[in-house]
Amino acid sequence: MAGQITQSQFAANLKRYYTFYTGGFVAFVILVGILEQMGVPNKILGYIFLFATIMLYAGIGFMSKTADVGEYYVAGRRVPALFNGMATGADWMSAASFIGMAGTLYLSGYDGLAFVLGWTGGYCLVAILLAPYLRKFGQFTIPDFLGARFGGHLPRFIGVVAAIVCSFTYVIAQIYGVGIITSRFTGLEFQVGVFVGLAGILVCSFLGGMKAVTWTQVAQYIILIVAYMIPVVWLSVKHTGVPIPQITAYTSALPKITALEKEFNDKASPKGAKEESVRAIFRERSAAATAKLAGLEKDGPAFLAAEKQKLADKVAALKAEATPDAKAIEAAEKAVKDFPADADAAKKAWTAEKGVGARAAPVKAHAEAFAVGGKTPEEIEKNRSKAKKNFLALIACLMIGTAALPHILMRYYTTPSVHEARVSVFWGLFFIFLLYFTAPALAILAKFEVYSNLVGSSFASLPAWVSNWSVVDKTLMNIADINKDGIVQLAEIVIGGDLIVLATPEIAGLPYVISGLVAAGGLAAALSTADGLLLTIANAMSHDLYYKMIDPNASTVRRLAVSKGLLLVVALIAAYVTSLKPGNILFLVGAAFSLAASGFFPALVCGVFWKRANYLGAVLGMSFGLGICGYYMWLTYPFFGVNAPLWWDINPIAAGTFGIPAGFLGVIIGSLISPAPNKEIQDLVDHVRYPNLEGDIDTRGV
Amino acid sequence: MQLTEKHKQYWNINLKISTVLLVVWFVATFVMGWFARELNDINFIGPLGFYMSAQGSLIIYVAIIWYYAHYMNNLDKEYGVHEGELE
Repeated sequence: MAGQITQSQFAANLKRYYTFYTGGFVAFVILVGILEQMGVPNKILGYIFLFATIMLYAGIGFMSKTADVGEYYVAGRRVPALFNGMATGADWMSAASFIGMAGTLYLSGYDGLAFVLGWTGGYCLVAILLAPYLRKFGQFTIPDFLGARFGGHLPRFIGVVAAIVCSFTYVIAQIYGVGIITSRFTGLEFQVGVFVGLAGILVCSFLGGMKAVTWTQVAQYIILIVAYMIPVVWLSVKHTGVPIPQITAYTSALPKITALEKEFNDKASPKGAKEESVRAIFRERSAAATAKLAGLEKDGPAFLAAEKQKLADKVAALKAEATPDAKAIEAAEKAVKDFPADADAAKKAWTAEKGVGARAAPVKAHAEAFAVGGKTPEEIEKNRSKAKKNFLALIACLMIGTAALPHILMRYYTTPSVHEARVSVFWGLFFIFLLYFTAPALAILAKFEVYSNLVGSSFASLPAWVSNWSVVDKTLMNIADINKDGIVQLAEIVIGGDLIVLATPEIAGLPYVISGLVAAGGLAAALSTADGLLLTIANAMSHDLYYKMIDPNASTVRRLAVSKGLLLVVALIAAYVTSLKPGNILFLVGAAFSLAASGFFPALVCGVFWKRANYLGAVLGMSFGLGICGYYMWLTYPFFGVNAPLWWDINPIAAGTFGIPAGFLGVIIGSLISPAPNKEIQDLVDHVRYPNLEGDIDTRGV
Repeated sequence: MQLTEKHKQYWNINLKISTVLLVVWFVATFVMGWFARELNDINFIGPLGFYMSAQGSLIIYVAIIWYYAHYMNNLDKEYGVHEGELE
């Protein structure tokens, strides 16, 4: 794609290539569908999807290989708005969005919508506060802007550290997702899956940097959106006959769900009475465990021995009966055998058993906002305001984090003009919106299926998808006949969030090829995000640290060699850390957003909108933001083991609530106590504010 | 480089439209979220509070960004700071 053709010809060519590509992909899916009909086993189909898509990305990556700095770092700044939008969509939507989002909404109803709002609304901030100005500035990385705007090496250096910390935290979550998807659909070990996925990530970015990542991300977006939509649309048709899930979910399924929720919670109704019988069992089990824990606390090992003796006596009594019941004896003997060996094991087992009390709770209304429990009206009111506060704080952190994550902001360096940058934020959010406004609809349709078809069916003839998944993975689908009536009650089902997207093709009665397609979509989502993140980390180190700070005279060849070398090293470290399975994904994602929001957002926004902001302001702002945010996480995340009391009841996932104001405060204080920036920097601010100024300075990198 | 009055005017209009759109964004997100329970009593394609957070606010976000890009492109041309035709 040399410079001879004009931008509009280039855009037209791209449209042709990707239309052709989409057609080719659909043909490929149909071909796999035919193979399935011919009796090829599912596992083989899974491998075909996995390797065909990775080969495809590798092919695009190979075709985009480049030795030009501008192409390597910013795709030659000629990505049309529409395509930059698609690439942003793929860059943005991670494994968590694709696989986890609908499940979170299924499980937590209204309260889960914080993620939907937070991960879309942030683009308003990107569009209005940052993207056009960064594009006008037009260099290579976000630390570049900090370095030029605030002068000196320190702001750039803090920017590099912040970019690495938040991108690395986030990339671990992505590679984790890649490992889970590959292992689930191919039966490979998790650790092997991680490294297969890693190969997939590297082939996209290694040879062609941003240029290769951009064009693979566009391809990945097409796969992921097709994979997400097909099963949901089908499910909507199955339930309502109308193929627009985003409407039918609210007009047709939601009212029915609400009615069923009321019935389940009404002990006088037939369904409610059955639910109550299950809940009563859970309450009893929980109460018994609580009593045992209290006994253990009081008498220690003596209590344990007495409890064990009771069970042994029961076996003896059963055996002594006139007509011994073999089954009952077996069960009683098993209870003796499974009895906890020591006090610690007993405490653990009984605490877990005590926890089943939660399953006795009434069904939460899906659409109800901030549904909380409490014994008195005052307590409910207090818990509700706590829930509301955390809901809004989480949204704010996610939104501002969106507008501060360097791998997203970097995308706006790649458009041909300021105007295209603005339009490309629109396309970016539009393509993200397509998935995000479908996820709540999918959650509702899946819930409707469970409430109306699964509940009330008999254990002897469970729907196929339920029995399949409960065999594959107990954490995703756990169903047991607690009250032994042979009929499924809602309280007898435990569903893991990831199940919703993974099982939708089967719920909708689609063939396995569509399940393979969904896996390919999830893989595309995880790979594309990981690509963008790894490139951000490698660029921050090679461009900002090495080229700008250590060796400004380095040749082009050397710069690219360093960048590619670092990419490889960072990818290997990330995969190694992931294979150790650290913490949970939500923790990593939340941390990445809060850190980015606290570290970057205040300095970037003040850099554009406040001419007075200067070197000291940026240094203080970024260090205050990162410092306070990191400190609060360290205090409150159970992961670190400090477990200090919360500040104003704000949960650790929204740690940015304190980091962001601290960041702004730092910028303001630091700027006001030191002299205003010099003329040159003030001119730079004017330069980024106007798309075109006569007699203007030039900051372009290429 | 010296900014003209016209340039300053351009920047002020930009600040104004940005503020207005951010207020809309704030209302669509935080005010709607704050009153979600109250809005749920109104029925509009399901309970309104739920519908807004699941879909309505998202549509508003897309519209805000589209409007901003469209408006600013015209403003650039009107004030002579647009980038001209691309090569």
